[in-house]
Amino acid sequence: MHEMSLMESVVEIVCDTALKNGARAVKVVRLDVGLLSHVNPDALAFCYDAIRRGTIAEEAILEINRIAGEGWCLDCEKTVALTERFGACPDCGNHRVQMTAGDELKIRDMEVI
Amino acid sequence: MCTVCGCGTEAVIGKDKEEAADSHQQAHEHGHHHGDHHHQDHHAHHHHGDHDHQQAEDGAVHYGKGIAGAHVPGMSQERIIQIEQDILSKNDRFAAENRAFFARGGIFALNFVSSPGSGKTSLLVRTITDLKGRLAISVIEGDQQTSNDAARIRETGAPAIQINTGKGCHLDAHMVGHAIEDLAPQPGSVLFIENVGNLVCPAAFDLGEAHKVAVLSVTEGEDKPLKYPDMFAAADLMILNKSDLLPHLEFNVGLCIANALRVNPRLQTLTVSARTGEGMEAFYAWLETSAARQAARVKAA
Repeated sequence: MHEMSLMESVVEIVCDTALKNGARAVKVVRLDVGLLSHVNPDALAFCYDAIRRGTIAEEAILEINRIAGEGWCLDCEKTVALTERFGACPDCGNHRVQMTAGDELKIRDMEVI
Repeated sequence: MCTVCGCGTEAVIGKDKEEAADSHQQAHEHGHHHGDHHHQDHHAHHHHGDHDHQQAEDGAVHYGKGIAGAHVPGMSQERIIQIEQDILSKNDRFAAENRAFFARGGIFALNFVSSPGSGKTSLLVRTITDLKGRLAISVIEGDQQTSNDAARIRETGAPAIQINTGKGCHLDAHMVGHAIEDLAPQPGSVLFIENVGNLVCPAAFDLGEAHKVAVLSVTEGEDKPLKYPDMFAAADLMILNKSDLLPHLEFNVGLCIANALRVNPRLQTLTVSARTGEGMEAFYAWLETSAARQAARVKAA
């Protein structure tokens, strides 16, 4: 639901950065969005279409890089794959897993001309 | 989906990228000009000095540093600019300003989050009524429309300001920054921020508060913390409200708390009835000790 405000932020940061770098137009915007984060990438793409109009990023392609979930299992003392935010350790089945990756919500970089 | 017109509610899952882009395009060709709309909204609000839309001194185009690594006169080339910035960084900057303001004034701010109808406003009304002799309390009310909630708070004698988010589904730190300018909470007071009734979006937006307090009512089902884990993970305290209705319901309080702890092992939980007052003393004790602890931390720092 809050993808609209998130994308407003993205477009604003992208446009500011583009202007500061003397770019004429933005070609590509790349985001890192973790699989365990609370946003839906389809909704991000959808809102992006609405917000980029009339900006320097109007023609920019949005690429969303999904980052897999990982956590540190306190019982196994190792990094394990996480498929849900508060999921159990796939090896020992305990819930003592601290998420270490998959929660990202970041603008990585962009291509400009 | 689009939060302005509600179009495109069907998530495009399983289609390839191009198809997905196409369908988004189509969905937006039915006459809404979201882009324009949001742009105006956005620019009317700027009030801090950090939005200098100028070219930086280093605004010169670095032709030699592009992908091609060479410059051909008269031809532009693509280049990559590293951003590495959190999408929420803008909100977080405003939140940090709010937090600094609260620290300077010794103001203890709580952000109340819940689904609509869990009894947040009733809980606040009860709290203010019971504590107004001991604490100075002011309230920021967030709703999409109406100032009914702020009016209910003002009836208790506490100052309250209403933020109407219009189409927005959450309060952000920028809105709260404006509200505290208008509300001017007094030094050493307690500020309650009642967020828009929504268990999803407000989890992501830091307002500068000391703690998020999630309010859940016993009419909602024990598995709410599992269904909406982000909110319960972000909260420091969960208040289970409407306990006076428990005799009429098949609600397992222990199971509900267990679910909440699975999502957030550090969560503190209280069971209260804002209507009868049962259990409210525990919340007041939490409030006063947490405020004192924050004040001590600020003093030490």
